[in-house]
Amino acid sequence: MKFTINWLKQHLDTKLDDQKIIDKLTSIGLEVESFESQSSELDKFIVAKIIKAEKHPNADRLKLCDVDIGQNEKVKVVCGAPNAKNDLLTVYAPPGATIPKSQTKLSVSKIRGVTSYGMLCSESELKLSNESEGIITLSPKKYIKQVGKKYFVNKNQKVVDLSITPNRADCLGVRGIARDLAAAGAGKLKNKNKSKINFSGLNKIKVKIINDKNQGCTKFGSLLIKGIKNTESPKWLKEKILSLGQKPISAVVDVTNYVMMDLNRPLHAYDADKIDKGIIVRNSKKGESFEALDNKKYVLGDNMCVISDASGVLGLGGIIGGVRSGTELNTKNILLESAYFKPKSIRSTSRILNLDTDAKYRFERGIDPNSIEEGLIKAAELIQNICGGTISKINITKKEKSNHRAIKFPIDLFNNTTGFKVEVREMNKILSDLGFLVKKNKKELNLKVPSWRPDILQPIDIVEEIVRIKGYDRIKTELPEKTRNKQTLNPHQKLFHFLQRSVASKGYYETVTWSFTDSKINELFKEEKPEVKIVNPISSDLNVLRSSIFSNLIFYLKKNLDRDAKDISLFEIGPIFSGKKPGQQEIVISAIKSGVISRLNWIEKERKVDVFDAKRDVMQTLIETGLDDKNFHIKSNAPNYYHPGKSGAIYQDSKSDKPIAFFGEIHPNINQKLQIKTEALILFEIFLDRIELHKNKLKDQKNKYEYSDFQKSERDFAFIIDKNLNVQELVKIIYKIDNNLIKNVKVFDLYEGENIPSDKKSIALNVTIQSLQKSLNDKDLEKINNLIISTVESKTGAKIRS
Amino acid sequence: MSDIIKIKEEYLLKLKDDLDLNNINQIKSELFGKTGKISNEFKKMGSMSSDSRKKFASELNVIKDELQETIEKKIKDIEIKEINLKLQNEKVDVTLPERSFKRGKIHPVSQVIDEISSIFSEIGFSVAEGPDVENEYNNFTALNTPDNHPARDMHDTFYLDDNKEYLLRTHTSPVQVRTMLGGKPPFKIIAPGRTYRSDSDQTHAPMFHQVEGLHIDKNINMGHLKGCLNYFIKEFFEIDKIKMRFRPSHFPFTEPSAEVDIGYTLKDGKIIIGEGDKWLEILGCGMVHPNVLKNVKVDPQKFQGYAFGMGIDRLAMLKYGINDLRAFFETDYRWLNHFGFDPLDVPSNYRGLSR
Repeated sequence: MKFTINWLKQHLDTKLDDQKIIDKLTSIGLEVESFESQSSELDKFIVAKIIKAEKHPNADRLKLCDVDIGQNEKVKVVCGAPNAKNDLLTVYAPPGATIPKSQTKLSVSKIRGVTSYGMLCSESELKLSNESEGIITLSPKKYIKQVGKKYFVNKNQKVVDLSITPNRADCLGVRGIARDLAAAGAGKLKNKNKSKINFSGLNKIKVKIINDKNQGCTKFGSLLIKGIKNTESPKWLKEKILSLGQKPISAVVDVTNYVMMDLNRPLHAYDADKIDKGIIVRNSKKGESFEALDNKKYVLGDNMCVISDASGVLGLGGIIGGVRSGTELNTKNILLESAYFKPKSIRSTSRILNLDTDAKYRFERGIDPNSIEEGLIKAAELIQNICGGTISKINITKKEKSNHRAIKFPIDLFNNTTGFKVEVREMNKILSDLGFLVKKNKKELNLKVPSWRPDILQPIDIVEEIVRIKGYDRIKTELPEKTRNKQTLNPHQKLFHFLQRSVASKGYYETVTWSFTDSKINELFKEEKPEVKIVNPISSDLNVLRSSIFSNLIFYLKKNLDRDAKDISLFEIGPIFSGKKPGQQEIVISAIKSGVISRLNWIEKERKVDVFDAKRDVMQTLIETGLDDKNFHIKSNAPNYYHPGKSGAIYQDSKSDKPIAFFGEIHPNINQKLQIKTEALILFEIFLDRIELHKNKLKDQKNKYEYSDFQKSERDFAFIIDKNLNVQELVKIIYKIDNNLIKNVKVFDLYEGENIPSDKKSIALNVTIQSLQKSLNDKDLEKINNLIISTVESKTGAKIRS
Repeated sequence: MSDIIKIKEEYLLKLKDDLDLNNINQIKSELFGKTGKISNEFKKMGSMSSDSRKKFASELNVIKDELQETIEKKIKDIEIKEINLKLQNEKVDVTLPERSFKRGKIHPVSQVIDEISSIFSEIGFSVAEGPDVENEYNNFTALNTPDNHPARDMHDTFYLDDNKEYLLRTHTSPVQVRTMLGGKPPFKIIAPGRTYRSDSDQTHAPMFHQVEGLHIDKNINMGHLKGCLNYFIKEFFEIDKIKMRFRPSHFPFTEPSAEVDIGYTLKDGKIIIGEGDKWLEILGCGMVHPNVLKNVKVDPQKFQGYAFGMGIDRLAMLKYGINDLRAFFETDYRWLNHFGFDPLDVPSNYRGLSR
């Protein structure tokens, strides 16, 4: 909502200066976005200083100047003026500026092979005088400190731009703003001028509102002005329209716009001679169409509120008029419409047709139904003043009566909500100034809500009215109590927090990427999950919710690699989606690592990252988180985006039906498809929601501390086993032999190749044996040794390697 | 002088020479070997009378101990000498680089979420969550924003179906709805999380982060709201002198509603929070609308309270001098390295919020 202070003062008697008014507006909830002059073409001309003027390398008469325009960088300008010299102060026009004399728009151009950014101007070019010999010379005394500033003073009036919240329809007109300011003590709301119109004759154009279902129009007022001479608007009106950044069109149109912005009362002017018989307000039928004043043809659906005549649709009520009945400069007789349209109807029609107009914006927020006559009178009077003509009597057709809403306001509610007290007398004054009718009744105020405040529905709304007018600075600051009745984080949130930092501590950079992704990349990572499309994506390559975080991680990994970064480790923790309903999502931590370890290292051997790096990072993370890896069960069934032979799944224990994590190298096909240029790429992911947490707190989880001081022994074994048998099984079998004696089993070698059959592998293990009760003697050790060998051999078909 | 004293003197003298380990072992075996001099002396004891044996044994033991100790000490000396000798050849250039290590980083958004949680934890808020995909009811209708409400236009919503039933939440406020529907008052929660609007330019990203706050109890009024936010802002920006301004605004789900500005000044193009005469809007808040309370089955006659919502990304930008919102989500390794935080730098009340 834009207006000038002078316009405001037509409604408000105030002694406050501009800045005080601006501050007041913001403090009562009418936020001032800006308060500045409408920008002018001349704003672009800047005071500049020539730092250095040299001869143009390819032209004797031209000069190449380094010009200071108040920015960090100097600009290069080619100039033909003989007086261009070092340290001269002059006026600079940047590319994009239009030269007043020639009306040509400057652009960056090459002059004799040298690029010139803008131009230095002569007085004649700026239409300041006829002096065209050389560029303007500005006096250093006056201008030396002005370098970089505008040369021309902008004489346009300052315009207030308010950001009006959707509840405050009444402040979409200058009078409403003045009323609010007056209530807040910024002045006195001026009385409305009494009209001096002579109504003569009847409005012969009949208006009928059809009893359609959900009829969007409840009240339609109109009058006829006959015998006008439509014309350009007078200066004062043009200036008003221009100050708001709009274009004046004709007196009739400008007046209707002016009244709309002055009183928040949208009007529409029809060329009365183009209306076929009478006006019919009705619901549209599917397929009807009309050409609107924006010169577009609209095909209507069912049940849109249209203004029509015997020949068809004239316009969409409260949204936009039609070309067929539009006014022009030669229009003689006009019908002025002032109606009430329901916000809901306006909104649904404009949404379907994707139409946005000033009138629509106002009607959907709620127009004062009682301002119909006032608007007609004000506009008719102005039109008559400018264009002449005779004004008919007003004709009003009504479907519904509009009553003032009544609210019983419990006085205590104010104090209870805001924490401070206001005298009833003062409440009464504030509310009366805002247009409420107030009656005190014991502990209540009986209120009648003004017709221009459709947003005031219940007592709490009254609290807001009083407190915003009093000022929010009156609210006391109650210091918060530092007590806590509930844990800040629940166990699941703690897990999130811990995993996040645990993964980062392993050298991964945390990133945050969109929850949506490119369906083409998502396809590679989504497995069996359904694709969740976004109906209105921000762009076609962000068109689905992600089924995995990897689609984004790999996309950005590639971007970084293409920027020549190497050996990148990234992770993200966040949601992935398996459906479009709330809750069809889970939290995942996904990590990706590329390249080699110890690149260009003087002491360490460079090697590619591999599946066991991924396994280390994921295992360490899970263990640090507090999970017991003793129960972990590893399988090789990772999703299809992993390398089928170099990947695994981690189950929290062998009975779990869902893995809590995957790890491995990426499937080479994906690297190929996405053209990822790196030596190697590994991934892992942890599914937070699948992790079963201990029900006990850590302090209750710890076992009794037990240790043995008796001699411990270590024995090495090498078994030749089937290639298909996994080491996890082998180790498990050994532990099971005697959980009390076998303290640790460590795999220290894997051998395949010479001397071993091709379907076998040799696994070397180091087993630690120790008793809690006694020192084991040779016999005991021999016994357990033999047991290990015989058990492994019988259970797996392995052979001890001698 | 008895034999044994002679042996002692002789060998103590020998041990004073400059010896190597071989020499010492030689001496050791000469004295304590099977036929060593001291060993032989012990053997003699068998033929002695018990009286003289006792005396002799005690003397011999003293001598044995002395010799052994001297030898041990000599060995240690030699070993140390040898180590010292070896060390002269074991010097490396320690200015060569260490073995490689990789440092990880925490994203500024995560760090700031932890900072925010830490501050609100101190004054009794706990963290609540809700799904990113919401239904239209929780995101709008329950929050007093019916279908025909113009406020819906301000939220450029991403929809997941043509009926506009499912959507990506446009704010964290639906967590209020879920929290209140799922429990009984009092409520005192914050809800940080991802939010989505189909808006994309220099200062808008289609996904961003908000933190919601909700405090419902008996007798909670706007003074408490002001106090809570005042406390938060001071703690978050880690400055005591902060200018803060509450001004009336409108949100369908709060009444009265307010927006909060903080004072700042520009210094060399950088925003300095706390001083100056410029105002920066940082959050929206208000008293929870009675209609919302009714929708979530809380009796507005008995309970009332406030809610607030603020942009986490923006708070991070202001605190850590980050200019470009879009860069938060572009995963530029250089940017993550520059603005990321060390994983061990966990914000906490006792250690302080940031280093």
